[in-house]
Amino acid sequence: MGVTSWTEPKAAAAARSASAPADVEFRSVTKRFGPVVAVDDISFEIPRGSFHSFLGPSGCGKTTSLRLIAGFEQPDAGEVAIGGRSMVGVPAYRRPVNMVFQHYALFPHMNVADNVGYGLRQARPKLDRAEIDKRVAETLELVRLPKMGARRTWELSGGQQQRVALARALVNRPTVLLLDEPLAALDRKLRRDMQIELQNLQRDVGITFILVTHDQEEALSMSDTIAIMRDGRIVQFGTPQLLYDAPVNRYVADFVGESNFLAGKVTATHTNGASITLSNGLALKARWSAAGEHLSVGEDGVIAVRPEVIGLWPVGRASADLDLRRQGQVRNRIYLGDHTEFSVHVPELGELMVRLPKSDPLAMSLQPGDMAEIGWRADQALALRAT
Amino acid sequence: MTATAQTIATPAVTERRQSGRWLTALLLAPSAVWFFVLLILPLAVVLVYSVGVRAPAGGYQAAFTLDNYLNLPARWAAFKNTLTLAPLGTLICLLAGYPLAYFLAVKSSARWRVMLLILVIVPFWTSFLIRTYAWIFILGGRGIPALLDAMGMGDVRLINTPFSVMCGIVYAYLPLMVFPIYVSLEKLDKRLLEASEDLGAGPFATFRQITLPLSAPGIITGCMLVFILLMGEYLIPQMLGGGKVFFIGNALVDLFLQSLNWPYGSAVAMALVIIMLVTVSLYLRATAATGGRRDASLI
Repeated sequence: MGVTSWTEPKAAAAARSASAPADVEFRSVTKRFGPVVAVDDISFEIPRGSFHSFLGPSGCGKTTSLRLIAGFEQPDAGEVAIGGRSMVGVPAYRRPVNMVFQHYALFPHMNVADNVGYGLRQARPKLDRAEIDKRVAETLELVRLPKMGARRTWELSGGQQQRVALARALVNRPTVLLLDEPLAALDRKLRRDMQIELQNLQRDVGITFILVTHDQEEALSMSDTIAIMRDGRIVQFGTPQLLYDAPVNRYVADFVGESNFLAGKVTATHTNGASITLSNGLALKARWSAAGEHLSVGEDGVIAVRPEVIGLWPVGRASADLDLRRQGQVRNRIYLGDHTEFSVHVPELGELMVRLPKSDPLAMSLQPGDMAEIGWRADQALALRAT
Repeated sequence: MTATAQTIATPAVTERRQSGRWLTALLLAPSAVWFFVLLILPLAVVLVYSVGVRAPAGGYQAAFTLDNYLNLPARWAAFKNTLTLAPLGTLICLLAGYPLAYFLAVKSSARWRVMLLILVIVPFWTSFLIRTYAWIFILGGRGIPALLDAMGMGDVRLINTPFSVMCGIVYAYLPLMVFPIYVSLEKLDKRLLEASEDLGAGPFATFRQITLPLSAPGIITGCMLVFILLMGEYLIPQMLGGGKVFFIGNALVDLFLQSLNWPYGSAVAMALVIIMLVTVSLYLRATAATGGRRDASLI
């Protein structure tokens, strides 16, 4: 903890974020590349001191959004503000943000310490050498690379290079730290470790972190808020829990976590939900998503059911309070340690993914080919817009 | 470890290794012969000649004397011209070539780049001799001086001056400087420039701290190519210097073919070789000290 002496105390950070002024703000920002609209009239605010993620498939505009904050791109319309200050016409080298690049972009002709100290050497008025050395050493310790300053960058492992890139960006004490798919090049185990470390680091230094990723697990596990993007627009902006429990439409439900989707037409609506009739005539009830739009009769809709809310029983043993009970055949079984995933073929519903916890005795006994009964309650299924 | 090493060294493997060595020798033999016959041997001959004396009718007569070397200051003008104009020419090529290479590699669009690169090469499609003759016309009495005269700028003489020789040098050697620098700038990762800018360095600071050091291998290669070739230059001073601005190369031709003083010519040639060895190794040592990571592609 001693090494984080230069960061502000947590209490102060908390007090500051309590007033929660926006650290990064987009006001109707549009960015075009030729005929392609990479960012299409988006507005949002990221509160100070939070961990925010842009999540979406490639080409959705998430990287462009990050580059607009960094100053590598200028918006065609609208404006970006950082720390309450408009960044119109402010070049990247005058912005109080620093970035961790996707493939680190470490300077190959400098050793680790010179890489980390690069930002400090650009400061005007000049910092004296002792001050630079001290802060470089502190920051290397912060990312747990003490005494590595003299190493050449290409001698380091991927994870170590990642930490150097992180230290190089943090050493300037930016208002906002930008991370462009920083963990994509690491193997799975290392990625998990770095996710936890990034979170701890963010809490310690109290800087706003903005992450771009296509990995929903990464976004869910680290972020305070997430913006799900598609075609240059933000489809939904909210906490991981909100996105998981109350997706606005099928796109979000599909991108965040896993769901079974049953498509059909809305045939009846009421305050809490709707009835959606599948193409085979089967009508299913589901409730509205707390954040989603209410559909009207005749519109296309989907029922989204998370694999963990579907119950699985031996034939004839399903509880009576279910809104839907059907028999099906187990087609596939994937053992995943703490839980087991079954794919169950139900004649009227197709293939459904069901997830049983390790504690369920059926998780171990049920085998492919067995018949079983599935079911769920209508208040656990969501009626969503189909797009 | 030792156990595995022993098991690997079976007779079959040893045999394969030996045949590999034979293949290496076979592939290297032609160039080894080439270098020996056309470089080492002639150099030895020149060394031997340089301590001899001129035969009465011209040529070489066996002897051992250092008089030829002690006599070198008599050709001071040739050494002075070469040792000022060759580095200066290299410097001008660098100053003119770097921006051009930078523009080609960084600023020009992919569509234009190939076109522009071809334009840099196009002059090579014409004979070097013809191109240098063209300079005689441009700088000669009926060229630019005539134009300046007509504009009332008075009587200016350009041909047969250090200026005309320098024009020819820069014109001829610029592409040799542009290409190595272009290559090193072209493979420069543009994200490094963004990273530098992101860390607070403006365009000039980024150029000084990132672009320039990372293109150093290209600069070193380009300077070496131009400088080494310039030190031995003969044709350009011959044609554009008109006997008034001459290099060591011109002095050699004069000594060997006019005065038929082969031993003295050999001593001048040896002096040139030694000067090149010293300057080039000093230069390489100086750049190696500042360059950091050594790129295998550089001389």
